Amino acid sequence: MARVLGLSEALAELVHDGDSVALEGFTHLIPFAAGHELLRQGRRDLELIRMTPDLLYDQMVGMGAARKLVFSYGGNPGVGSLHRFRDAIENGWPHPIEIEEHSHAGMANRYVAGAADLPFAVLRGYAGTDLVEHTTVRFIECPFTGERLAAVAALRPDVAIVHAQEADEQGNVSLWGIPGVQKEAVLAAARSLVTVERIVERLQPRPGALVIPGWAIDVVAAAPGGSQPSYSQGITERDNDFYRRWDEISRERESFTAWMAEHVLSAVEAR
Amino acid sequence: MDGGARTQRRGGAVSQASTDEVQTVVAARALAQTRTVFIGVGRPSTAAILARMVHNPALVLIYESGTIGAKPFHIPLSIGDGELAETADAVVSVPEMFNYWIGPGRVEVAFLGAAQVDRFANLNSTVIGDYDHPRTRLPGAGGAPEIASSCGEVIVVAPHSKRTFVERLDFITTVGHGDGPGARERLGLRGRGPTAVITDMGVLEPDADSKELVLTQLHEGVSVEAVREATDWDLEVAQEVRVTEPPSDRELEALRELLAR
Repeated sequence: MARVLGLSEALAELVHDGDSVALEGFTHLIPFAAGHELLRQGRRDLELIRMTPDLLYDQMVGMGAARKLVFSYGGNPGVGSLHRFRDAIENGWPHPIEIEEHSHAGMANRYVAGAADLPFAVLRGYAGTDLVEHTTVRFIECPFTGERLAAVAALRPDVAIVHAQEADEQGNVSLWGIPGVQKEAVLAAARSLVTVERIVERLQPRPGALVIPGWAIDVVAAAPGGSQPSYSQGITERDNDFYRRWDEISRERESFTAWMAEHVLSAVEAR
Repeated sequence: MDGGARTQRRGGAVSQASTDEVQTVVAARALAQTRTVFIGVGRPSTAAILARMVHNPALVLIYESGTIGAKPFHIPLSIGDGELAETADAVVSVPEMFNYWIGPGRVEVAFLGAAQVDRFANLNSTVIGDYDHPRTRLPGAGGAPEIASSCGEVIVVAPHSKRTFVERLDFITTVGHGDGPGARERLGLRGRGPTAVITDMGVLEPDADSKELVLTQLHEGVSVEAVREATDWDLEVAQEVRVTEPPSDRELEALRELLAR
């Protein structure tokens, strides 16, 4: 059964400097509150893993928390560039970071292999692209048909952090709407935290919801509104205006740093 | 028209379409007979929603966020906006999307954009300049490489300029027709690959034998020379170049109404 802790306490226990950490959520249910608390706790030297870095990793990279970034699409969806991500890669600001990039299919399958505790996953992919020279992918022959297939190594993060709508007091989690790779990330990681909009006495059966049993999760923490400016289907809405405004806020180092100081670093973890 | 008066009218007829509008309308027409289309955000998404409004109400829109059969009323900002999940026939995980739906070739048409396109419709969305010291770091692959290798066919939607239509890609993110005839087969790519590149100037299609892009269609008022001038390689031109049928009042009104929602 998962333990129910406060967000600050949960992160202090689970995440250490130098860890590989996957904060997942595919556009939906991005665990912003947890990421911001990691910044307030001053975590450094992290290997940050996420299919779509999105605003959250733009913020964490820009604040210098990352040693390495593992990803498959580093844009502000529908808006344009992630300026802090670009500044780190193009100019090494605030310090140079290592990158490892994949396609979405490759990243998704790396999580699947991790969740299954297999060393690698196979897929039809990468063939003919320049990704082959710049990332970790190998080609293998199918032992049954002889077909040439891509093999990608399992992802096994030290810690997975995801956000969901509800948990009960035993830490069973219910998540609905776009499920992304959250279940795979939790099962692939050595340690896991699920932040939730609310903790209820009893989960109600809900068609289409994905349930992760509490015994497969280490810690659950309440973080109401904790996926904003992304969203938690049925509870909060995606703040598309903020995604647009982020383009301006993050464009210059000074305006970015000032915004983070005011809205993230000085905010009290009040949950 | 209602009080919104979102359609600009001039002398009773819908005003002249902009080049961007023509591009979107032409892309929407390409989906008139399609059952399933895979789309990203931006103009491809606008075109696919327009196709549902005007040509093909049964068109199944598939976004890589896992929403299959989404019926958005608004143009989504991201591929994971709440409206897509709320209106979808099915919502699946990302591994399921790639392994069960895209990989096996269940999706007929994919709409893709790119920062750079070469003469074989290979695409770059990774870097401008050297990979290790990029001049411009772009978002990266996302779903494009496997979408382009597995979907039935690919339609590229991109703005026409020398910066985009380049002699040589800085990075091959997504394989179109590789280095020419037979390339897709040698690489084991199962879909047909790019069948058209729709720009704001016209339409390019790969030659059946050489697989090299050829200018086959011009939007009204655009000259062959202007397109060649906006292309960084020596662009082939079809013997007979079609002229795009201008957007109808119905198409333009629907597009403008959609953009104003």
